[in-house]
Amino acid sequence: MLARVLMASLALALAACAPAPPLRGTGDLGLVIERATGQVTLIETTGRSAYATVKGLGDLSHASVVYSRDGRYAYVFGRDGGLTKLDMLRARIAARVVQAGNSIGGAISQDGRVIAVANYVPGGVRLFDADTLAPLADIPARFDGGARRAKVVGIADAPGERFVFSLFEAGEIWLVDAKDPRHPRVTRFEGVGREPYDGLITPDGRYYVAGLFGEDGLALLDLWHPEAGVRRILDRYGRGEQRLPVYKMPHLRGWAVAGDLAVLPAVGHHEVLLVDKRDWTEVARIAVHGQPVFAIAQPGGRRVWVNFAFPDNDTVQVIDLPSRRIVATLKPGRAVLHMEFTPRGDQVWISARDDNTVSVYDPESFALLARLKVDHPSGIFLSARAFATGF
Amino acid sequence: MKQTACAVLAAWLAALASVASAGDDAPAPPEPRRSQLVNMLLEDCGSCHGMTMKGGLGPPLLPGSLAGRDSGALSRVILDGRPGTPMPPWRPFLSPEEARWMIDLLKKGVPHAR
Ligand code: HEC
Repeated sequence: MLARVLMASLALALAACAPAPPLRGTGDLGLVIERATGQVTLIETTGRSAYATVKGLGDLSHASVVYSRDGRYAYVFGRDGGLTKLDMLRARIAARVVQAGNSIGGAISQDGRVIAVANYVPGGVRLFDADTLAPLADIPARFDGGARRAKVVGIADAPGERFVFSLFEAGEIWLVDAKDPRHPRVTRFEGVGREPYDGLITPDGRYYVAGLFGEDGLALLDLWHPEAGVRRILDRYGRGEQRLPVYKMPHLRGWAVAGDLAVLPAVGHHEVLLVDKRDWTEVARIAVHGQPVFAIAQPGGRRVWVNFAFPDNDTVQVIDLPSRRIVATLKPGRAVLHMEFTPRGDQVWISARDDNTVSVYDPESFALLARLKVDHPSGIFLSARAFATGF
Repeated sequence: MKQTACAVLAAWLAALASVASAGDDAPAPPEPRRSQLVNMLLEDCGSCHGMTMKGGLGPPLLPGSLAGRDSGALSRVILDGRPGTPMPPWRPFLSPEEARWMIDLLKKGVPHAR
């Protein structure tokens, strides 16, 4: 026993005085948010393992992540307004600021120089220098003639050093030109629909879509033609049917856009909508197991993986787009919160919060490749996001 | 589970004990239901109200924000939701006593809340 303790401490001491770690790339790295402990587990997908834990990131009960353009740094947006820059290679915090009282997410500019954080309290967006996290600009989400501030949701990066996001209470979409990040220029689109709850940008950076909670439909902004304004798509998709209560809001970032199809959630219905991206009309709807939270395209675009809100959150379904059929129903654990594919689609990582596991599956055979113990895992974010618009 | 999560649970359970002994409050449900309810409060309610109940898409559910509010009315909000807002009805998953017990707990506050 004593020998073992000694050995362990010697090994630790050795590790501490070791020279610089061996050179390695960042392309197969990623992190898993631990919802309850304010820490993240760093992972690598080549050996499918966890290689470090980093503590001290504050309240991560809701968190999202973007990566620097070289994939080395992760920017973690926490619930408590914390913005943490994490060095993925040294496995430690490089910089951290608490920039608001309550925030929901963020984005990184096309050139990688500006971080934008979307805040609930105080409602608005703040811009930071990606290098130092020094503040650059504050964009309060004022509406009602300036009297009120709205919660900001659905922030995304857009080509041309722009950011686009939605204002929940105001029913607006704002497009921000941040070429001069100390003096951002805001274009407002008012009256886009009641209570936009989240948004996404298509992978080509052309369309921004905001989901509406307050009515059946979505709001679409064509960034090639912002002058044409925001238009409504999939209006009245509920066809007057009774809406079911929503126990968790769908998360639109990363919803599948594959080929000419976009997959979108029907809020309050156990359905996903298939939309033709060329004219944004509905081509089909597919009945699923519960209310979808994420719908993620498997690289290649043929299949879409869907998880669900409470109380159906023990299930993942796989939709085959050409046949529009559900080809698999998996039970990866209790409270499945997130799914993330490796960029070339050889693995899918799935978190199950209430089982404290992250499972790695082969997306073709559905075979379980690995299972990691992680405390209350929620979001899984791989560094390949660094190279994609809208992630 | 790691320390923080355990500490959170422990603190909640301690709070439960004091709630249970506070006279006209709703009786604490027996285990394992009690732990399930605490988990639901932290995780499922937490997805809108924040895991520390400091608010998110839904308003804060901290002692300060609930103080002096009618517990019966608040527990009916849990059971029936607030139509026209994202607050959903939880009646399919909670008994009236359990909802009332959740309100008592929220009014006491989350001891660990940062
Ligand atoms: C999908 C999001 C969502 C979930 C999940 C949710 N709530 Fe709410 N809740 C809200 C919103 C939004 C409001 C505010 C409604 C309004 O505008 O009046 C609210 C209001 C409330 C209120 C009234 C607060 C006040 O100050 O009047 C209580 C109490 C409450 N929720 C408890 C709960 C509990 C307990 C749970 C879990 C069992 C829960 N909520 C889950 C969104 C949610």
